[in-house]
Amino acid sequence: MSSPSSATASSTSGGVRSPIIEFRDVSKVFTSRSGTTVAVDHVDLSIEEGEIFAVIGYSGAGKSTLVRLINGLERVTSGELIVDGQDVARLSESQMERKRRGIGMIFQQFNLFRSRTVAGNVAFPLKVAGWPKERRDARVAELLDFVGLLDRAHSYPDQLSGGQKQRVGIARALAAGPKVLLADESTSALDPETTQDVLRLLKKVNTELGVTVVVITHELEIVRAIADRVAILENGRVAECGTVFETFTNPRSEVGRKFVSTVIHDQPRGDDLTRIRQAHPGRIVTATIHDGSRLGAVLAGAGAAGVSFEIVYGGIGTLQARSFGSLTLELTGPDAAVDEVVRRLRDVTEVEEVA
Amino acid sequence: MNEGFEWSTHGAHLIEATGQTLYMVSATLVIGGLLGLVLGLGLYTTRKGGLLQNRWIFAILNLVVNIFRPIPFLILLFAVAPLTVGIVGTRLGSTAMIVPMSVAATFGVSRIVEQNLVAIDPGVIEAARATGATRWRIITTLLVPEALGPLILGYTFVCIAVVDMSALAGTLDGGGLGAFALDYGYKRWNFGVVWVTVIVIIILVQLAQALGNRLSRKVMHHN
Ligand SMILES: Nc1ncnc2c1ncn2[C@@H]1O[C@H](COP(=O)(O)OP(=O)(O)OP(=O)(O)O)[C@@H](O)[C@H]1O
Ligand SMILES: [Mg+2]
Repeated sequence: MSSPSSATASSTSGGVRSPIIEFRDVSKVFTSRSGTTVAVDHVDLSIEEGEIFAVIGYSGAGKSTLVRLINGLERVTSGELIVDGQDVARLSESQMERKRRGIGMIFQQFNLFRSRTVAGNVAFPLKVAGWPKERRDARVAELLDFVGLLDRAHSYPDQLSGGQKQRVGIARALAAGPKVLLADESTSALDPETTQDVLRLLKKVNTELGVTVVVITHELEIVRAIADRVAILENGRVAECGTVFETFTNPRSEVGRKFVSTVIHDQPRGDDLTRIRQAHPGRIVTATIHDGSRLGAVLAGAGAAGVSFEIVYGGIGTLQARSFGSLTLELTGPDAAVDEVVRRLRDVTEVEEVA
Repeated sequence: MNEGFEWSTHGAHLIEATGQTLYMVSATLVIGGLLGLVLGLGLYTTRKGGLLQNRWIFAILNLVVNIFRPIPFLILLFAVAPLTVGIVGTRLGSTAMIVPMSVAATFGVSRIVEQNLVAIDPGVIEAARATGATRWRIITTLLVPEALGPLILGYTFVCIAVVDMSALAGTLDGGGLGAFALDYGYKRWNFGVVWVTVIVIIILVQLAQALGNRLSRKVMHHN
């Protein structure tokens, strides 16, 4: 599979990054007969050129609304939303139509045109952008090759599997060479294996074409699989925003901790905790593990101080090529000696007492 | 006089009448079909959440359709007679009948078009908008193809109603099979002629239905 040329210069290779999308105090209020809903509430957020940025939150948090503001499918109520140098809040509908050609979008239900073939779907944005026929045909072939569906060019969407449909969706979204790709729950209708395929493809879109990808999801697993940074949305507000590593290892908001606990099961909770408490009368602490925390060295010294330890719970994984996780330990021995070991552990990592 | 259907006496009239009916029906389907399509697109796009959402225009279009659609065809035919004379120059004959028939068909078709367009997944329209397509492009190049299968079935259904109208119109100096059955059959108490007319109409309707089914299946096959 080859990589189609992109209108974007590849900007993923480090260097200085600048925001391509910037929310400045953006709100979106829906007014209906039944009242008003503040779907996006004074959001400040910036998405860097060339990154994969995830927006996560529970249902109704305002994720879809937030992303639809970017391409003007919903219009901003107040604030500024700078997309590639232009405040989309100030664009007229016809200026917005032009703007959208530089922003691709894929959907949970794929939303392919059922009356058009796979090639026809991919050609649609090119017709919109006014490409002449010969260039269009070449571009369609190039894109179908990129997503691995060249042999299905003349099929109709209803003859494709879900994963194939989403590939067509991606090819269509990339057709006119956008700088940004918006993906709203783009894998939620797919099985786990197909989800991985599509995520790999999105990653390839990002690394090979330099397209900035904004991924909306309610699954932290997806964030973990592909995103560089993540914003957690709750009731239309950004609860926290940071690198995926920071957010996973050290969530700062309540909703962040809740999300992280659903994918990382390295700390004992509920029944597990009760069971551990019953079986282990000693002092129980949980120590965080990350690259460079020399936990082993401290524990090796514990014996000499008259403290014995038992690992009672834990988990270690990798995230963005770095180790992280935690171990829960039972320490037994004279109180003063145990205190000393805990103090030494604190020198190398974060330690939490387990009640 | 009531000696049944005689090819030598009735054959030529039957062929002429069938031709007139086909003329009235097909002209009405084209004119009423196109006007109804435009009106249906108007209803669909101006409704709440539509591409050209406009409360007032929708209210007016909706009101006009609601007023005209339930008018019995016979009354409508009388009511639009001045318009017919204005356009065709006479209120008699097959060509004149195309005017009231097209008016009636326009309103009927508009609702069928509207209903079938409403069934298009809004996500598909949203995807088109996301590519930067203008609303005009979406209306002119995407909406009808996306709803084509059911639209063809809708038109087929209208076709039968139009044949019905043509028969009635025929009895009021419009010519066609209605007039043929009236003049040579009913008025002369010749039921052989009436039944031959019935059979011809059944064949026409069945052909239309079969063609509609085939076409819609063809376009929906890949849908
Ligand atoms: N067009 C609309 N009119 C009125 N209210 C709306 C509209 N679109 C969204 N909302 C409301 O805005 C809030 C946020 O909706 P949104 O679809 O952005 O949430 P979400 O995070 O994408 O949820 P989900 O995970 O279920 O897709 C909800 O309370 C929703 O009811
Ligand atoms: Mg959503």
